[in-house]
Amino acid sequence: MNALDWFVLLGTMLGIAAYGTWRTRHTDNLNTYLKGNRNTGWLTIGLSVMATQASTITYLSLPGQAYENGMAFIQNYFGLPLAMIIVCAVFLPIYRKLGVYTAYEYLGKRFDAKTRLLGASIFLLQRGLQAGITIYAPAIILSTVLGWRLDLTIIFTGLLVIVYTVTGGSAAVNLTQKWQMAIIFGGMITAFVVLLTKLPADALHIAGAMGKLQAVDFTPDLQRRYTFWSGMLGGLFLSLSYFGTDQSQVQRYIGGAALREGRLGLMFNAVFKIPMQFLIVMLGAMLFVFYQFEPHTPVFFNQTEWRLHVEGPQGGKFRAIEEKYSVLHADQQAKIRAWVAARDHGSVTDESAARTAMTDAQKAAQSLRQEARDTLKAVDPNAQVKDSDYVFITFILTQLPHGVVGLLIAVMFASALSSKAGELNALGTTSTIDLWRHFRPLAAHDEARNVRNAKWFTALWGLFAIGFALFVSSAENLIEGLNIVASIFYPALLGVFVVAFFLKRVGGSAVFWAAVTAQILVLTLFLLGKIYPRYEIGYLWLNPIGVAACVFFSIVFQMIFGDRARTQPDPI
Amino acid sequence: MNPPDPHNSDESPGVPGFRTWRGVYWLVFAFFVLVVMLLAIFSRYFA
Repeated sequence: MNALDWFVLLGTMLGIAAYGTWRTRHTDNLNTYLKGNRNTGWLTIGLSVMATQASTITYLSLPGQAYENGMAFIQNYFGLPLAMIIVCAVFLPIYRKLGVYTAYEYLGKRFDAKTRLLGASIFLLQRGLQAGITIYAPAIILSTVLGWRLDLTIIFTGLLVIVYTVTGGSAAVNLTQKWQMAIIFGGMITAFVVLLTKLPADALHIAGAMGKLQAVDFTPDLQRRYTFWSGMLGGLFLSLSYFGTDQSQVQRYIGGAALREGRLGLMFNAVFKIPMQFLIVMLGAMLFVFYQFEPHTPVFFNQTEWRLHVEGPQGGKFRAIEEKYSVLHADQQAKIRAWVAARDHGSVTDESAARTAMTDAQKAAQSLRQEARDTLKAVDPNAQVKDSDYVFITFILTQLPHGVVGLLIAVMFASALSSKAGELNALGTTSTIDLWRHFRPLAAHDEARNVRNAKWFTALWGLFAIGFALFVSSAENLIEGLNIVASIFYPALLGVFVVAFFLKRVGGSAVFWAAVTAQILVLTLFLLGKIYPRYEIGYLWLNPIGVAACVFFSIVFQMIFGDRARTQPDPI
Repeated sequence: MNPPDPHNSDESPGVPGFRTWRGVYWLVFAFFVLVVMLLAIFSRYFA
């Protein structure tokens, strides 16, 4: 980054803050703080839902995921349009009709207080853990731009987000959300165009031959993470949980002026989500081709971490890997060119032999990248060894024109702050409405006290997120990490909602214990897969299994408990 | 509490050419099927 980039970056950040402060100078309303503005139109709801879903973590992490593993991740979204239709037809009308603040209030009305508390607690736990993962996004940007250590950057950005959210500054960012999204899209398109100008003519065929363009895989294999089947079924349940039962999403669409606005907002996402994600994973696949021909491709993209060790006491090991990689990289490039030549002019046998040589070279380069990670881990057990999240930010910083770099970094950072603030806000709201007000019913009508407590809870969840982020290093690609945490905790919660909507004979105690049993089952399956990798199933499958278990045990427990398990609606 | 009727709309979708939400849902579903088919063809072509 040069002086122009810094000027644009600081100017944009200050501009967003000033505009937001000016626009929100007369706003101090409890209902708006907790529930959002009820006059919101469908396009704003649609963009808001999309912005929460496609936050900076998507822009940073998804191209890296495609760089590493190809386009298969897009299948994760196959269940989303169907889930949106179900949420529009079933979930949304109920929430609107009851006028609830949180989705878990509905559980209290339908079942009893303990089921509502269970629902809220599961949401809080999983969203709190996810907040610990998403805090990486702004930290990665800052640590890459400033060259700071990631752990220090996590603490700094975490505290910044807390102050921002609690003081109401997030409203400033939210007000400019449409503009941020427009600039980010503009930046992504600029990045794509710049990338296209640097790619060879056969880029798509090269990416395809190197296994990066396999967007749909019909293999019926439970152990593969992303297939058409896991996407359709697991993705459907994951999206249903996310859009139907997660307060951070529900909060976005229950605020619409009319039911129609919420529905159209969700339909907007159902139509545009997959095409949008396709463009982002395509960007990642093209980045892969670009870095096959880029002479200075790093063996490890988190250069802050890497440089720290190259200049450390065991630097010799890392420099040796770098030298080995540059030789392998040149060899791989030659093999790719040979394959392109064979494909254009050679026989089928020549093409096949050249393709084998190319994929062998690719495997050798991959295995050296793995060796680099292993060496990092051996030298420093606390090192961040997953570098795919750094691929796109590295491209932005090194290849885009100055000025655009500063602008893009500014809006990505602002967008990361915004989605993080929204997440903490939802945690604070749910803690206040579903937990604190439940235990302090007399204070339920003291609005000022509610807002004060919501802010305290927001700060506490922020600290929890920072602690979790520091404690657990990101072993997975960020976007996958988020989905894995969701797939562990969402299914039981969605199961409770499915029972609430469709099994009217089941009461509170039966569904409560069924959810607890389903949660234990899902956790056991997940942990068994980690201990015995031979039996590990793709994490998306945990979603339908958990929901089915919750529904099944609800029926069984209801039969066992009988009338003792009938509903006792929560009075609050 | 009875499960809601998924096809019951309390208001018109207000989308030109559609009188019910069911029509809008079918359109979205058809678009999704088209997108998946195109992706499958894309994968096969570049495999």
